Amino acid sequence: MPVLIPRNVDELVEVFQANPQAKLLAGGTDYMVEVNLHGRKPETMISLRRVKELTEWSVRTNQSRITIGAGVPYADMEHGEIARLVPALAQAARTVGSPQIRAAGTLGGNLGTCSPAGDSLPVLAALGATIHVIGPDGNRDIEFADFMVGVKKNSLQPAEFVHSVSLPLVEGWQGYAKVGTRNAMVISTASACLVRDSDEGFVAIALGSVGPTIIRAHAAESWLMKSTSLRAGSQLAPSIAQEFGRRVAQESRPIDDHRSTADYRRHAIGVLAQRLLTRSFS
Amino acid sequence: MSSTVVSTGTRPGTLGTSASRPDGVAKVQGGFAFSSDMWADNMLWGATLRSPHPYARIVSIDVSGAYAIDGVATVITADDVPGKLTYGLIVQDQPVFAAIGDTVRYSGEPIAAVAADHPETCQRALAAIKVVYEVLTPVTDPEDCVSGIAEQIHPDGNIFRHQRIISGDTTIVGAIQVEGTYEIGMQDQAFLGLESALAVPDSGGNGLEMYVATQWLHEDRKQIADCLNIPEENIRLVLGGVGGAFGAREDISLQVHTALLAMKSGRPVRISYGREESFYGHVHRHPAKIWMKHHADSNGKIVKIESRMVFDGGAYCSTSPAVLVNGITHTQGPYKCDNAVVDGWAVRTNNPPCGAMRGFGVVQACFAHESQMEKLAAATGLSPVEIRLLNAMETGDRMITGQIMDSVAPVAQCIRETDAIPMPPPMSSSADLRTIPGGTGLTAQPSNIRRGVGWGVSIKNLMYSEGFDDYSTARCRISDGVVTIKFATSEVGQGFTMLAQQIARTVLGVDDVFLDTIDTQVGSAGSTSASRQTWMSGGAVQAACRAALEKLFDHIAAKNSMNRSELEIEGTDIVDRLTGLRVAVHAAIEGVDIDCTEEYHHPATEDMDENGQGNCHVAYAFVAHRAVVDVDPELGLVKVVQIATAQDVGRVLNPLSAMGQLEGGIAQGLGLAVMEEIIVKDGKVRNPSFTDYLLPTFLDVPTVEMVFIEEHEPKSPLGAKGIGEPPCISVTPAIANAIRQAVGRDLPRVPIRPYDICL
Ligand SMILES: Cc1cc2nc3c(=O)[nH]c(=O)nc-3n(C[C@H](O)[C@H](O)[C@H](O)COP(=O)(O)OP(=O)(O)OC[C@H]3O[C@@H](n4cnc5c(N)ncnc54)[C@H](O)[C@@H]3O)c2cc1C
Repeated sequence: MPVLIPRNVDELVEVFQANPQAKLLAGGTDYMVEVNLHGRKPETMISLRRVKELTEWSVRTNQSRITIGAGVPYADMEHGEIARLVPALAQAARTVGSPQIRAAGTLGGNLGTCSPAGDSLPVLAALGATIHVIGPDGNRDIEFADFMVGVKKNSLQPAEFVHSVSLPLVEGWQGYAKVGTRNAMVISTASACLVRDSDEGFVAIALGSVGPTIIRAHAAESWLMKSTSLRAGSQLAPSIAQEFGRRVAQESRPIDDHRSTADYRRHAIGVLAQRLLTRSFS
Repeated sequence: MSSTVVSTGTRPGTLGTSASRPDGVAKVQGGFAFSSDMWADNMLWGATLRSPHPYARIVSIDVSGAYAIDGVATVITADDVPGKLTYGLIVQDQPVFAAIGDTVRYSGEPIAAVAADHPETCQRALAAIKVVYEVLTPVTDPEDCVSGIAEQIHPDGNIFRHQRIISGDTTIVGAIQVEGTYEIGMQDQAFLGLESALAVPDSGGNGLEMYVATQWLHEDRKQIADCLNIPEENIRLVLGGVGGAFGAREDISLQVHTALLAMKSGRPVRISYGREESFYGHVHRHPAKIWMKHHADSNGKIVKIESRMVFDGGAYCSTSPAVLVNGITHTQGPYKCDNAVVDGWAVRTNNPPCGAMRGFGVVQACFAHESQMEKLAAATGLSPVEIRLLNAMETGDRMITGQIMDSVAPVAQCIRETDAIPMPPPMSSSADLRTIPGGTGLTAQPSNIRRGVGWGVSIKNLMYSEGFDDYSTARCRISDGVVTIKFATSEVGQGFTMLAQQIARTVLGVDDVFLDTIDTQVGSAGSTSASRQTWMSGGAVQAACRAALEKLFDHIAAKNSMNRSELEIEGTDIVDRLTGLRVAVHAAIEGVDIDCTEEYHHPATEDMDENGQGNCHVAYAFVAHRAVVDVDPELGLVKVVQIATAQDVGRVLNPLSAMGQLEGGIAQGLGLAVMEEIIVKDGKVRNPSFTDYLLPTFLDVPTVEMVFIEEHEPKSPLGAKGIGEPPCISVTPAIANAIRQAVGRDLPRVPIRPYDICL
């Protein structure tokens, strides 16, 4: 099986265009499981490891945005500058697998797999991330909401790849919480990211593992913005937090499976929403 | 039987010290050869075709497609089994392969095996075998087997064993009564070193040599020889490096398949399971449903216990009858009780076969009786400690089987010492959120958490029961200055190889002890299970070393004109107590040739009668656990903060190793309490991987505070009791009781799932 090893983005575009059936391999923490456990047999692989641009990240202060390369591993998001700028992403990164998985697994891989349980995805959804994609026809930007279209389905076209993800730097509070039956290294049974922009008085909450895609609880968000002030210095009534949780739960669409039940997921997502909101005021 | 203990020295490497393991460094550095690392020239790879259906008739099997693939050396089915078509530890009811016309009885049952030049070729060959099934409706509810309404799915019937215990006055009624129905889920042993075997056929075609990761070499050999129809002497079994066992390697898994492929192809063959296949390849802990009713007088003294236990044995017998007897004979737990009515069934269903796992039936019984003790405490107004002390069993008590407790039984001491261990500090309001329930998921603040404390105390039988003579053998050779010990005891990670060296160093006064290959070239050691090898094989090694020492004394007394009857070992010297004359052992054994093989047998036990009466167990060990658990009642998430434990160990032979057994057992019992379960629906395993079969991580295991109760057991050759199983038994109900206390719910089932707590 040929493995193609492009050294920069231009080469990557070229080899991918020449081999549109080829499989991209970043950290391999999802794809090698497919190969080893589920008998997936790729005909050609493209290794992304040597494409240095994909592993870079940068901040454009004038636009208050951070751009994180698709090849940046979780280990680099857990601590340091990225963690300081996007704490919810750091919290989500810390929940992924074990140290070994976090050293190898990448943002691009999480987006490539696009599982409803992907831990970075609710953060991208809540922050309204833009996914920079490069393909045979050049570059395009896809809003996260349009990127994930189903269970393990994204809107990438053949020979397109994720170059980087751009996130706004939000003034205010953000946090991620994830429920699993174990205290570490567990696939989420329900997760949520809440972002509260205390300048704009704006809130966003995105839910993982409680539907076929990441769900933005838009109705609950607008109810909350109408019902209470989210600006810095304001107070939150416990009854508001509770009602917010109830409304968020209503917007989830969970299923029963061997990991948990729909009832529990719906309940848990409501608790997470209530707690995250409360936390954003403390 | 000798009960004296060779004095505990502080000489490095002797008994009582934390001697290091001969295999330790290699294991830590990754150099240890596990059975899955073995290799032979010209080796083929083997793989197994398994049924996807829990219950189906095999209409036809067409293997021609597999033979058409380049690189496939041989394909075998039931037609290729030259000897016995079935195997099994107690009853031989499990087919080597399911045959045409017969049925498969569990999802994952073997149908054929292939040997080929590459694992990938094997996978293609398996895919090319065509099996036509007539799919049948599986029997999955054990109660349907007890009531008899289920279809009979095997000629032997659907009941593996039905046994009752009737003890004392069954008409007594207690002033206080508490009852409950409890359920225990199916736990997996989840050893890390997967099943693997390498079979190398003799050039003459009459026999073979096999390297296999197993718990009992001689029993494996017997079953392989029967199926292959060749004499046992023609098979040499060598222990392949074993990465954990916990009961899952008692039964045959790939042994016969590997041997058959090697015999038929005339080439070495290795089969190694992956994790998913491992879930299908070995037996699991029996799921059980247990009803219990305790009668107590108004002070809380237990006067009678009634119980009904149903163990789901799955498709084949394995050790189900023995597991059931362990369950019912431990109904009373470590408490005094004269009167009892217990009824137990182990039944056959189309669920995965169940058999041995650490705790062997007692785990299930203990979860029920310790849940009951908490209810009894509440009903009498006593504390969990008081109710248990009030009823604590003592040496000399008559048990519900009529057997007199003749082991050291420091139950009250275990409880008191555990109670004396300081409680952990309360949760700080600024605790690292990763260390509270929810862990790295950051789901809670300290203010969301409630703390509970729960107790569990248990009794566990040691060694095999019901008349079984599970003896062990060891050989000690002193040859030209070198001491070598040989045994067939499976080292599965428990540290017996280290212990054997400690014993030899202590008895013989030498520092260097060589260990011969662990294989069938010496008598049986019995199984590495039932907490028995320290007692049994430890007893055999001690006996062999002592016999060798006697001969050495004969020789040295004659040679140096010492007083034969006055000789003893002092450190590394042989000393004449009368004259004070001493000779260094290392000098004394130069040029000497001594070879002693000894067997150790435990006192005989007997079968139980139809009322469950009889001296069926050899000896017992006890342990107490106190669990401190933080719970998030709203999300149902749990963090076990601290386990305090005092265990009756007889005598600590290696402190570090003993600590390891206790900590490991506690982690395994914690797993059963809150996360480990094989989920079976309609006869199919839904989570055959470590993605969804969750084992505790470092953030899940608690701080363990332990006390060893060292009251030497006179019946034990080294004064020590088996310590492997007790740690995992009562920790499960202790954690469940703590969660119950924190949230005020019944929680009659383990593992306790988040939704059991909060919905
Ligand atoms: C033990 C274990 C634990 C895990 N725990 C978690 C967890 O807790 N949370 C979680 O979210 N995930 C978890 N995962 C899954 C996995 O680690 C993550 O999804 C990770 O982000 C995948 O990244 P990767 O670089 O390893 O992807 P790869 O395996 O290399 O690729 C995954 C998919 O994405 C595609 N892809 C990769 N890069 C790009 C790109 N730049 N553009 C387009 N497509 C691309 C690949 O072609 C492939 O289809 C776990 C995995 C394992 C093995």
